[in-house]
Amino acid sequence: MALSAAEVLAGLAAIVTDETGIATDAIALDKSFTDDLDIDSISMMTIVVNAEDKFDVKIPDEEVKNLLTVGDAVNYITKAQG
Amino acid sequence: MAKLNQSTAVAYSKIYSIGAARGDLTVTNEDIAGPINSSDEWITQRTGIVTRTRASKDRSLMDMAVEASNEAISKAGIKPSEIEAVIFSTITHPYQTPSAAALLADLVGANPAPAFDISAACAGYCYGIAQADSLVRSGTAKYVLVVGGEKLSDFIDPTDRSISFLLGDGAGAAIVGPSDSPGISKSVWGSDGSKWEAVGMTGSLLDFRDGTGAWPTLVQEGQTVFRWAVWEMVKVAKQALEVAGVKAEDLNAIVMHQANERIIDEMAKQLALPEHVVVAKDIKTSGNTSAASIPLAMHALLEQGQIKSGDLALQIGFGAGLAFGAQVVVVP
Repeated sequence: MALSAAEVLAGLAAIVTDETGIATDAIALDKSFTDDLDIDSISMMTIVVNAEDKFDVKIPDEEVKNLLTVGDAVNYITKAQG
Repeated sequence: MAKLNQSTAVAYSKIYSIGAARGDLTVTNEDIAGPINSSDEWITQRTGIVTRTRASKDRSLMDMAVEASNEAISKAGIKPSEIEAVIFSTITHPYQTPSAAALLADLVGANPAPAFDISAACAGYCYGIAQADSLVRSGTAKYVLVVGGEKLSDFIDPTDRSISFLLGDGAGAAIVGPSDSPGISKSVWGSDGSKWEAVGMTGSLLDFRDGTGAWPTLVQEGQTVFRWAVWEMVKVAKQALEVAGVKAEDLNAIVMHQANERIIDEMAKQLALPEHVVVAKDIKTSGNTSAASIPLAMHALLEQGQIKSGDLALQIGFGAGLAFGAQVVVVP
């Protein structure tokens, strides 16, 4: 069963925390991965691959550059779920 | 009809020795940070590289290859004239032809051994070991000199933020020959040309000739390469262990292509290596030297006493092509 956007956010925040150590409650929909969370391209790719595994979705390389904010990623994952 | 003679196979092969030569210049992060608007902290954090060794104008790719080869030949205890094939993996030999290998063979005293170059970039040393293993076990050659060598600093753009700042120069050499016991596992190797453009040159020499492009330099799509290098190469590493019939806990060391410390760390994490397995980190002071990085890293581990002769090491190379190669070897 597809997860809600709120559930995807919670799951994604856990992945981001695991990769970066950033407090989960600081990971909100309007936060920019690079500007607000200071996540570099390599960490971003690690987050993407872990999100693919966790949510059973595909996020192609060319799509990653469009995921500027946490909200972008949550929207993409929510829609991409089976 | 006359019966043909074919070469007689031998059961096993092994690496007899490793030689190494690095660039003569130590290039710090501060030295290169300016043109990419970066800093020592940024480069160290993102790559693990503290310094890289590069060769000055007077130290050529061939100089480093000869130095590394002579060390390997001497440590193997063989005469150069006993070498029956020379394989040189490089992407920075500045002539389309003749091969770098033919000149190298002559310079180290292996003339008239068959000699040829291979172009498999950062997978090139493992490709060379795979070929040498086959040549030795088939009885085609008794001793094979395998060299991975690069002078990458001839093909970098100081303003490029994708790969140039990672790169260093050097050469590593190995002698492969017959053995009484297994010394090189069956190789797991391959390529994925669908990602041909993920790492490569900014343009072709024809563009440069015609004035439609600048001098070609190295460039990469970092995220695409990172994803492939970690998550696809973990599968290759596991497959290499499986075909070798060994488990991660049987290893003493893993020597990955020294591309970026973040790749090395993430791949080591994914492989869940036991603590006793030494993870080579020559990248910290040598940078990414493409085909040279694995033999240079193994040579450094031996010099530092972190591994010893008879240990088991998984070596895995991966890069432009995208090409990859891996095998488990007994450390010489």
